[in-house]
Order: sequence, then structure tokens, then C-alpha cells
Amino acid sequence: MPERPEEPEPHGPYEPYGPFGPYEYEADGTLAGTGPGAVAPTGTGGTMDLAAGEAATLRRPPSPEPGPGPEPGPKEPAKARHRRGKPRSLWSDAWHDLRRNPVFLASALVILFLLVISVSPSLIASGDPLSCDLAHAQEGSTPGHPFGFDGQGCDVYTRTVYGTRVSIAVGVLATAGVALLGSVLGGLAGYFGGTGDAVLSRLTDVFFAIPVVLGGLVLLSVVTSDTIWPVVGFMVLLGWPQVSRIARGSVLTVGRQDYIQAARALGASHTRLLLRHIAPNAVAPVIVVATIALGTYIALEATLSYVGVGLRPPTVSWGIDISAASPYIRQAPHMLLWPAGALALTVLAFIMLGDAVRDALDPKLR
Amino acid sequence: MGQYVLRRLLQMIPVFLGATLLIFLMVNVMGDPVAGLCGDKACDAATAARLKAEFGLDRPVWQQYLTYMGNVFTGDFGTAFNGQEVTALMAASFPVTARLTLVAIVFEVVLGVTLGVLTGLRRGRPVDTGVLMLSLVVISVPTFVTGLLLQLLLGVQWHWITPSVSMAAPYDELIVPGFVLASVSLAYVTRLTRTSIAENRRADHVRTAVAKGLPRRRVIVRHLLRTSLIPVVTFIGSDIGALMGGAIVTERIFNIHGVGFQLYQGILRQNTQTVVGFVTVLVLVFLAANLLVDLLYAVLDPRIRYA
Repeated sequence: MPERPEEPEPHGPYEPYGPFGPYEYEADGTLAGTGPGAVAPTGTGGTMDLAAGEAATLRRPPSPEPGPGPEPGPKEPAKARHRRGKPRSLWSDAWHDLRRNPVFLASALVILFLLVISVSPSLIASGDPLSCDLAHAQEGSTPGHPFGFDGQGCDVYTRTVYGTRVSIAVGVLATAGVALLGSVLGGLAGYFGGTGDAVLSRLTDVFFAIPVVLGGLVLLSVVTSDTIWPVVGFMVLLGWPQVSRIARGSVLTVGRQDYIQAARALGASHTRLLLRHIAPNAVAPVIVVATIALGTYIALEATLSYVGVGLRPPTVSWGIDISAASPYIRQAPHMLLWPAGALALTVLAFIMLGDAVRDALDPKLR
Repeated sequence: MGQYVLRRLLQMIPVFLGATLLIFLMVNVMGDPVAGLCGDKACDAATAARLKAEFGLDRPVWQQYLTYMGNVFTGDFGTAFNGQEVTALMAASFPVTARLTLVAIVFEVVLGVTLGVLTGLRRGRPVDTGVLMLSLVVISVPTFVTGLLLQLLLGVQWHWITPSVSMAAPYDELIVPGFVLASVSLAYVTRLTRTSIAENRRADHVRTAVAKGLPRRRVIVRHLLRTSLIPVVTFIGSDIGALMGGAIVTERIFNIHGVGFQLYQGILRQNTQTVVGFVTVLVLVFLAANLLVDLLYAVLDPRIRYA
């Protein structure tokens, strides 16, 4: 990639935080598309902002050649590393990094374990989460029942293990929906610009202005379904603007690159440009934000269940168990601590995974 | 400056209308606003029709929305389920939540920024790693679990605080709830400040300040911190809305009769007026906080000037 000295360093110390919030500025310092948004990008609270912030710092022009390698000092030219070894793509380079990152390995192992037990919980729990004996209600740990019993006399260990399935399912489905909807809408808006982009930007502002728990309370209180779909649908409804904003910014940054201009000059169609050239290079921030968001959706499900509008029994989920245990926290804190611990561990694993992937994908940090 | 404020105010109008319309639709289309008036039983058809005509609910939704907004701008938010004016409920509950949010913001600013500066200046040292790990743990535990545990430990086991807040909700009773409300954002503010400080340490103006021979303390507070605070201020400003809306959970745990409590009651009793009214005010607060933040930029960073 030829150097373009007239373009300011996209990650100068002040670039990401213009007067209109971190994500409205583009790499060349101009305001994005239609001008400043009316609101700063949040409204969902700290955790989603963590995700968005992590992803936003990834918004450098991604190119197949990563920046300075690990060995050379900061002053050494970017290509020094490739003279020495076989050039690697951004993705294989990131993978190379990740394999050696203990944080990544630990969180990936935790997530793998969670996925396995959510597919077949009977591997490590032989009981039935719905078979309960009131005689044991609120009892502590006994042999064969390491986590004790809950308020209905159900085995907390079995319920915690089985709860993984629903919690992970909610997280994965909501993230898939949010990532798909958000990146398609945001990507198209960033690529085509114009009226659609302006409308979408205002629409995301509208969604950011509604606090998430509040929206959930209003929207889900009228739903009387026993399935996880209303909760997933609600998360997609209120989550997509975040991803859409990031995807839009990412596509705008990538779209300005020389290789895109070259492909366009060669007569590539919009579809080909978007799918073959832009998407692979613009997807990294979306992946990072989606990974971290997955954890936050699992926590959000628990919060919604606690407020009383999330999932409903007989569904077994951590959120339901935590909220069912909360009135008895004085007598039997173990009922709350085990599912809450599992929940926190899961969220932590996804945040750390997202963090590690972000670091690996960001050549600036090497 | 005046022009800039005016432009921002104009941009807020569609956002305000959109957000209120969204909530209005959620409440009115998804739920049946009359159902709550008949108690647990379903209304009989004639009564429902009469009530609908009385409240104008037989008209198209856009007309209802316009009527409602028209009333709101004259200060009429309607009546709550118990016949009280919604504005009276707001007058009773917003000060409480405002105090709670203020305590939370103070925690975010004082504790978050201090920890952020400490870790940002000592990047890679044990204290940095420790605080970073701690912030991740805090972020990954849901607020309501943090709240329940702190209430159990501090309130019930150690008797440091009263587990539930009284009706008056003075500041000293709101310290722990405010901390719980702030916890996730606090961790995020710490991380944000840390990144920002670490980035700005190498900035030209900081190097100049050091080269001038200014004392280290002055360099950090006047030169480094001031510009590093911009992303933090953005976050805190936009967090005000999220905190006030997210206070539902904290207020439920500590029995605080604030906005969250009233909203929860409104939703439980299917009272549209309360819900839409409170959300409207919350959205306004959110937008105002965002505007304020943008104006603060110019104070913090002299390079930003609004024409």
C-alpha cells in the first residue's frame, strides 16, 4: 500500500474523540457522512460501551500487510518484517498471535466447555433439573449435591449446568441477530451513503436514547410467551444500532482504500465490491463487538429475568435461578452464588476473548 | 457558539420525537391501555368501547400520539392509575433518582478517574494489571447481583448500612446504592481514562510541558488529565441517561422510591400515562446531558472551538 502523507495518521491521539463523540469522525478527520449525530453513542450502559470502544479503536484502514512487527522498534518501516518471513494475512497473523496468548487460550477453553455442556448437559450432570423435592428446600451442600438445593428443593448444581444451555442460546441467538442485522444495515449505509444513511443514523440515535432495561420492561411486560424468542427479539431490536454504527464506520474507512478504488475502476459490481473486497476487511470490529456483546446479552437476560420480564419458568436459566434465589439470599446465599458465579465466569470469558481478539487484530499494538 | 447550540437543538428534535414515538407505540400497540383499568378481569366489550372513546383511544395511533405530545408541551402528563397527576409522581420521584444518579456520577468521576490515572501512568505494573482484572470482574457481574451481595454483606451481615433506603432517601443512605448503580460504568471509566492517559502521555503538549520544567503534578493535572478527560466526559454525559433508566434494578433492590419504582408500578398496573411520561422526561434528560457534554469539550480541549 503506497504511503499517503497528506492523510493524517488515522489514530492520532485525538482523532477518535471529536466534538461529536468517538465514532462520528472518519479516518481522514472529516465528519462522517451526514454530519454529527445528535447523541453520543451510548444509552445501553457501560458494558456495551466497552464493546463499542474496543471495536472502535480497531477502525484503522485494515490492509493485508499489518503494521510494525513485534521485533522491530516503532521507527522501523512497516514492511521490515515481511522481508524476513513469508507474508501473512491479517487473519493468519492474528491467529498466530492468539495461539500464544494465554488469556485467549483460557477464555476459549472456558467457552468451549460451556458450549459442550450446553449441547449435552448430561455429560457432567446426571440429574433432572426439574425434579425437585421440597423436603430439601434451601439445604446446603451435601454429598452428591455439591451446590446444595434451591428454594423448591431442586439440585442447584444440575440446574446451573442445565441453565447454561438457555443462557448461551439467548446470547448466541441475540448476537447472531444483532451482528447480522447491524452489519448489513450499517454496511449498506456506509457503502451507499445518501438518504438511507442519513435516515439510519437518525434511527440509531433514537434507539440510543432509550435505556435498555427500561425498553425491556416496557416491551416484554406485554409478552406472554414461554419461549426465549421474545427476549432474543428484544435484544436484537435494541442491540443492532450499536453494531450498525460500528459496521458503518468500518465500511467507510475501508471504502476509501486504494484497493477498493482499484477494484471499482476495474468495473467490479457493487455486490462484488461489498462481498469480496470490503466485507473481509471491515468485519474485524464487528467480530470484536459481537464477542463482547455476547457476554453482555447473557447478563442482560439475567437482569430482565430479575426484573420479572425475562424468561419464565419452567425454562431453566441462570437469570431465572438468580432472581428466584434473590428473596432468600439471607437464609441461603448459595442458591444465588452458584448460578451468579457461572454467569459472571461466562460473561468474563466472552469479554476476555473479545479483548484478546481485538489485540490480535490491531497491528498498532504489536 | 449560539449557532452551534441551535443546530444541536434542532438535531435533537427528530431523536426526541422518534424515541417517544417508539415508546408510545410499544406501550399502546403491544399492550391494551384499557385492560389495566378493569383490574385482573377483562373489561366487557361495552365498557372497553366506552373507555376507549372517553380516552380517545378509538382514534388512529398517530392522532393519539400528537394529542399526547400536545398535552405534554402544556405540562399535562395525564393521571396515574391511582388518580394522581403523573407530574406529581414525577415531582416526588425525580429528585430521589437525581440524587442517586449524582452519587453514582461522583463515584465514577472521583474513583474512576483516579484509578484510571494511576493505572494509565503505571502501565504494565502490578497495580495496573490488578485494577484491570478487577474492572473486568466488576463488569462481568450483573449489577443486580453486585447490589444483592453488597446489601447482604454491608446491610445484613455487618450492619454498616440500612439494607433499605427510607422514603426521604437522603444522600448518606444512597451511598451504597449509588456505588452499585455506578459499578459497571465505574469500571469502564477506569479503563477509558487509563487508555486515554496512556495515549496522551506521548502527546506533544505533554512533552512540551515536561520540557518547560513544570512540576510533575502540574503536568499531570493541567496538561495530561485535561485533554485525556474528553472521552471520559463523553461517556459520563451519555451515561446519565443510562444510569437514570438503569436505576430500575438498583431501586428495586434497595427499595428506593424513585423513577424506576414509579415506572415499574406504571408497567405493573399497565398505566400508559405514567410509563410514556417518565420515559419522555428520561429521553429529554439524556439529550440535554449529551448537549452539555459537547459544550464541555471546548472547555477541556482548547483546540476545539465552535463557530
